[in-house]
Amino acid sequence: MGGVLRRYGPVLTAAILLAVAAWLLLLVVLPQLLMVDFSFRPSLPPSKARGPEDVYTLRNYATLWTNQIHLAIFLKTIWASSLVTAVTLAVCYPVAFYMAQVAPRRRLPLLVLMLVVPFWINELLRTFAWYIILAFNGPLNALLVGLGLYSEPQRLLGGDAGVIIGMVYVYILFMVFPLMNAMESLDRNQIEAARDLGAGWLRIHRRIVIPHAKPGIAVGCIMTFMLAAGSYAVPALLGGPQSRWFTEVIYNWFFEGGNWNQGAAYAFILLILCIAFILLMMRLFRVGLTDIAK
Amino acid sequence: MTAATFRRWLTGAYLVLFFGYLFLPLGIMAAATFNSSRFPTITPWMGFTLQWFGALWADQRMWQALGTSLLVGAGVIAVAVPLGLAAALLLDRLHSRARTFLYAVMVSPLLTPGVIVGISTLVFWREWFGVTGGLFLTILAQSSFIAAYAMLLFLARLQRFDQTLEEAALDLGATHGQVFRRITLPYLTPAILSASFLAFLQSFENYNTTLFVRGLDTTLTVYIASKVRTGLTPAVNALSLILIALTILGAVVYEILRRREARRQPDPA
Repeated sequence: MGGVLRRYGPVLTAAILLAVAAWLLLLVVLPQLLMVDFSFRPSLPPSKARGPEDVYTLRNYATLWTNQIHLAIFLKTIWASSLVTAVTLAVCYPVAFYMAQVAPRRRLPLLVLMLVVPFWINELLRTFAWYIILAFNGPLNALLVGLGLYSEPQRLLGGDAGVIIGMVYVYILFMVFPLMNAMESLDRNQIEAARDLGAGWLRIHRRIVIPHAKPGIAVGCIMTFMLAAGSYAVPALLGGPQSRWFTEVIYNWFFEGGNWNQGAAYAFILLILCIAFILLMMRLFRVGLTDIAK
Repeated sequence: MTAATFRRWLTGAYLVLFFGYLFLPLGIMAAATFNSSRFPTITPWMGFTLQWFGALWADQRMWQALGTSLLVGAGVIAVAVPLGLAAALLLDRLHSRARTFLYAVMVSPLLTPGVIVGISTLVFWREWFGVTGGLFLTILAQSSFIAAYAMLLFLARLQRFDQTLEEAALDLGATHGQVFRRITLPYLTPAILSASFLAFLQSFENYNTTLFVRGLDTTLTVYIASKVRTGLTPAVNALSLILIALTILGAVVYEILRRREARRQPDPA
């Protein structure tokens, strides 16, 4: 703290501390805490707020266990997000390895730019592109029928499959960059040495590349899973009433059910899910928080 | 064919497939803009038209949503960039467990799903201050995590900063205010520009957080999503095409500037 004061002087230090406190307290920490507090209270009309009925309860959390539909949606959100994460990891791994270790240096800037450009394009627009592709009279159905795989167009929108396909496309770039960054720092000579000593490509990846890229794999998986589990745009556009996502259930509690306390409980459950996933990844890849939050 | 050429061929094919996968959907969406079908599609092709740009131009609600998005973006720049700057200045001078802890709290909004950022903001401001959803809350909710992006940008640039410059100025009798205005701030100007740019883009594209705190205001992404679900015409494609063109332009300019900056300032490490 003394260092801060010495460097910036009293006026500037006060301004800095005030700004940081305002940000972290008013915009980050207190809202989260209040949301949690809110989730343990019953939903009451304003006249009864802070009255005798306003006591802490677990009722909002019990709802998820008693409501079979919501529970099924919650479980689907977990496995579908895991599937999205696994598929993006499998698709991105070879690309990241090529970019980080194999690609000729002079070709790299263009390749990176080709990844950066779609990364910058709005999530919603990239989802919308798949809405057109998957539409009943869209190009994918035309192709499937044209190839003779189906005799008539299929319903591709409004189901879980469409949502998962869309999510893989929309979140794939959040996987490729962390992988690439982690693999870049691997000395190419290590791979050469392993090859000279007779290791096959499978062993090289298992014993050298993957252990080195662990933090990148963990970060990529965490980002992808969090974005998938917390996605609203993709299921809203590509899904339907039969393929609701947990975020849509939360939204309905707030703006259709009018039960904010219930919605806050579901939101907190979603947050716990994401934190649990982060901890799982840290355990699985044996990486610390400092490796992740870089 | 030897094993090596086969592997190179396989790698090439995979890369072509991968980049095709990235760009083909965007190409299809763009192409559908010029199809004179009432529903956006490329099959069947009903003939070339530019009418959907006209339809978009005439859409009053689109202009209103665009105005809202620009306003929110400007607000987020005004809030998130100074907050991120202050946070980076503080972290840059801390070397202890306090730094690790503060850093973790600051980046935590980036690891929180956007819907939760929106919900917590909505609940907190209604309960404590009686503020309901609208422009103000949208700016605050977006800033809470966009400030973290700005902080990371500033921190990266501060790490290459030669602190002896400040010490020399202080030794020569400059006040703290003068040092900040004449040395620190000019050094950080490129980072302020890129942070503002990034903050605006993040704000403009945001959907998940905005959805919960927008109240009755409609930003452009909210407008597009509602159009896709009710009343979809290729005018939405025309809008998407324009936004994508602007994004590509912005991304290319940003990358060129970033690379030029990186060349001029080789990393000391």
